[in-house]
Amino acid sequence: MFTISTAPHMNSPVTTQTLMRDVIIALMPAAIVAVLIFGIGALKVMLTAVAGCVLFEYLVSKYLLHRGNTVTDNSAIITGLLLAFNLPSSMPIWMILVGCFMAIVVTKMAFGGLGKNLFNPALVGRVFLFISFPVQMTHWPKPSFADFLNTDVQTGATVLGILKHVDVQSSATALSNQGASLADLPTYTEMFLGYMGGSLGEVSALALLLGLAYMLKRNVITWHIPFFYLATVFVVTCVFWLVTGNIKYDPLTHLLSGGLMLGAIFMATDYVTSPMSTNGKIFFAICCGLLTVIIRLYGSYPEGVSFAILIMNAFVPLIDKIFVPRIYGTGRK
Amino acid sequence: MDNLILLNIIILGLIALIAAIVLYFVSKKFSVSEDPRIDQTEALLPGANCGACGKAGCHDFATSCVKADAKSFSNLYCPVGGAKVMEKVATFLGFTAAQREPTVAVLRCQGTCQNAPEKINYIGIKSCRLANKTFIGRSGCPTGCLRFGDCVSVCKFGALHIDEKLGIPVVDEDKCTSCGACVNMCPRQLFEIRPKGTNGNRVYVACRNTQKGAQARKNCTAACIGCMKCTKINPEIKVENNLSYIPTTVSADEFGAELVKNCPTGAIVCTKPSVKDK
Amino acid sequence: MSAIKTFSIGGIHPDKHKITTDSPIREAGLPEYVYIPVKQHIGAPAKILVQKGDKVKVGTLIADADGIVSADVHSSVSGEVTKVEDIEGEFGWLETMITVKVEGDEFEPSIDRSQDVSKDIPYTAGEIVQIIREAGIVGMGGAGYPTPIKETVPFEKKPDFLILNGIECEPFLTADDRLMVERAEQIIIGAKIINKVLGIQNAIIAIDENKPNAIETLTNISRRYVGVNVQVCATKYPQGGEKQLIQAITGREVPPGKLPLDVGCLVQNVGTVYAIYEAVMKHKPLFERVVTVSGDACAKPGNYLVRVGTPASFLIEQCGGITEDVDQVVFGGPMMGTSAVNINAPITKLTSGILLLSKELTRHPAETACIRCGKCVDVCPMGLRPFAIACSVRDGFYDELKPLHVADCIECGCCSYICPAKIPLLDYCKLGKYELKKSK
Repeated sequence: MFTISTAPHMNSPVTTQTLMRDVIIALMPAAIVAVLIFGIGALKVMLTAVAGCVLFEYLVSKYLLHRGNTVTDNSAIITGLLLAFNLPSSMPIWMILVGCFMAIVVTKMAFGGLGKNLFNPALVGRVFLFISFPVQMTHWPKPSFADFLNTDVQTGATVLGILKHVDVQSSATALSNQGASLADLPTYTEMFLGYMGGSLGEVSALALLLGLAYMLKRNVITWHIPFFYLATVFVVTCVFWLVTGNIKYDPLTHLLSGGLMLGAIFMATDYVTSPMSTNGKIFFAICCGLLTVIIRLYGSYPEGVSFAILIMNAFVPLIDKIFVPRIYGTGRK
Repeated sequence: MDNLILLNIIILGLIALIAAIVLYFVSKKFSVSEDPRIDQTEALLPGANCGACGKAGCHDFATSCVKADAKSFSNLYCPVGGAKVMEKVATFLGFTAAQREPTVAVLRCQGTCQNAPEKINYIGIKSCRLANKTFIGRSGCPTGCLRFGDCVSVCKFGALHIDEKLGIPVVDEDKCTSCGACVNMCPRQLFEIRPKGTNGNRVYVACRNTQKGAQARKNCTAACIGCMKCTKINPEIKVENNLSYIPTTVSADEFGAELVKNCPTGAIVCTKPSVKDK
Repeated sequence: MSAIKTFSIGGIHPDKHKITTDSPIREAGLPEYVYIPVKQHIGAPAKILVQKGDKVKVGTLIADADGIVSADVHSSVSGEVTKVEDIEGEFGWLETMITVKVEGDEFEPSIDRSQDVSKDIPYTAGEIVQIIREAGIVGMGGAGYPTPIKETVPFEKKPDFLILNGIECEPFLTADDRLMVERAEQIIIGAKIINKVLGIQNAIIAIDENKPNAIETLTNISRRYVGVNVQVCATKYPQGGEKQLIQAITGREVPPGKLPLDVGCLVQNVGTVYAIYEAVMKHKPLFERVVTVSGDACAKPGNYLVRVGTPASFLIEQCGGITEDVDQVVFGGPMMGTSAVNINAPITKLTSGILLLSKELTRHPAETACIRCGKCVDVCPMGLRPFAIACSVRDGFYDELKPLHVADCIECGCCSYICPAKIPLLDYCKLGKYELKKSK
């Protein structure tokens, strides 16, 4: 007997699983750069975070939600990787596991699992750790290229950390209380390649852009969110920079430093927590960009990407209601 | 410092006063006077807001009851609350309640997994309404139950469930309020609201198949084949389009057992066939 | 030739699978019996004119249009009517069909069976519409809307575009493609006939990019005819949807609830245009059509000229029969076609293809949770939000459906195709449409 099914009788080979797999592949360049720059510690953090997230997802879906194994959709691996990318390589293991718990159990599974969460799990994990353990979370090991066994913790400030403490009035002479000065700022090339202090995954703009190119080619995401996010940050800081001439507002530094690339390419584009329609995505990305700049320049924290994205995550249901696509045959001319 | 506290109290007090005054005038100006009996009547109703009475909800029904005169009141009936509730409403409003037989929904199909085995492998969303548009049904019977349970999802009283073994919905007589939601939902109109019958004994044809005998039997062993045997037992029973229909006037106590015994396919169902023997 | 055009909202690129592009149209031959349904169109079933025992010839009128929205039905074979009763159709439902036992192949004498192309149109507009009506022509793209109604346009709504839809955006199907290659001139003359009815001078033949042969043939021949132009469109599904095609070619959009005529367009499938040519110039009613038999589980795929009423199983038998790989038999294209319960069901005027699909192709993966990726929103050619419709339908909030414009859904299946969670979004949309209609 033949099968009877409703149309369409063909469907695309792309499934949730393959999409997630593509995102993991896209994250790989940044992961490799992280290991190259921060050594074995980076590998340890990434493996712990991925294992922690997968384990929590497995336990909750099997024993609490009785939904069978949902680990196979690969989304927990992405959350783990992204969480690791947001941590310094010197993070203690138990803290990483606490982050995984916040990300998977509290942010994702408590809301009903994949597709139901309001906030980006990895970001909530990061922000939770950031607020709870500020010392460890801002303890940035200095980059040391391909020096895997170097486990001495030599630490320094991040680029944004340095900029934050530069006095607006006398930018050239000010020294921050961390003992870092403008002289410690890496060059643009160093920033682009990733030779600077910071979280694991955020340092190399090049690796992240490679990931973006792969995702765009495989149609995993559309270009709107990364483009408009980065463009907004660039344009706004550019305006400040041109008006004041202060290095604090240098647009290229803002673009290449901190978690901006990582956030714009991998965090803000998370399917579940970003708007569905194209116009909604653009609005979302612009707001994220504005909030990031505002927090970076006027907030008490040097970095604003995670807060900006989380704040905008909360508005996604509203954006989805307001920005609906134009229906064929209506509302034109 | 004291001044500050005092100032706060005064300012907040003023705001509260202004708000109170505004609210007072607004409530006066926009107040809707409604017969208090409507709310009181509504309190007597089940509050399911199912719309089975033909009104937009319990409040609407209560309004109609209060506005009704003795004659039009007899046309109002809450099938969910049944005679008991109507009695209360009638006493409260000073009418006499019209007597109505209690009713129940019956499924006019016996296309169970045993009687009408599945022949077609169907993949799609589990919805009778969609399946009915897509194809004939997994058993091949054009009028048979599609077994996806749209009726179950629409029943507000939990009176329906898909029996695991049979595969078709089963009506829980005690919970069924004969609100008619399933009648409207079923894309093949398999449900019928029928009187419960004396002591819950009722007889009906549990089939809607109008195909010719052989064809109907091909897909379901319990199909009505239009053999006319039942019409000989009671002439009120009519066979049209190879399908028999037993009017509610046919007494189940009197004819039920005989009808069931003589139906060659078992399409006729009598809930308590042993009544007559006793 | 101007630039390649396409519609602006949504669309997908499914695998083409056009394996029969180069196989010429062959005569399918005559089965032992044909079963001709009296309703092969939208509207009222035709009134049956014959009874058991009557002798009919090819082209004999056997059922007469009942009212304006209805179409004549002609016998596709010569022989004896053996049964006029309800027979199991494609979905298993019973449909009224006229069964004819095939004896010989004798045509009605009025039919011109010569192969030469007649170019002069000897009739007036009114006469042409009458001929089309009497030939029982319906929209052969799949909708089955009786064609004469489309042609008899009120004077104040005279269209300024006649678009011939040569876009076969459904995977596998190549019937229209072959027709355009092999009967190019006839199609263009058909277009001129419709031009005469409408009183306009131009016709645009829309063909999608992946049919180079058809584009070349038609472009060459169209040079000889004033006003007939070929427009190449991008290969994108559902480019062949009437509304999408109009937008691609003219930039106009048909407002919800309106007809193409309201924006000055008339779209005709090339198969229909060819049928019009045959009816007007050759006096041949619509009793045969080109059908693609294909699919990944089909041993010998090909394009066939099939008499209406031929059982699909007869055709499948010629193409290698049903093998073990066949999981699903689809009437029509894989995106919008219907899967058949009964493969003995007849080919009708609307059957553009018979597809034998294997499990590897149809897949039916299990539904998983929506990840809100928004791909369904991106691909919907009507600008709807399928996920929102699915949520409302699933939760029973039917009053939300109207503002979601579910009635505008063209059921193209892009949303179900693209969904990475494999949610049958189209099913929910169809259910939503049903509920909306019911609540009216």
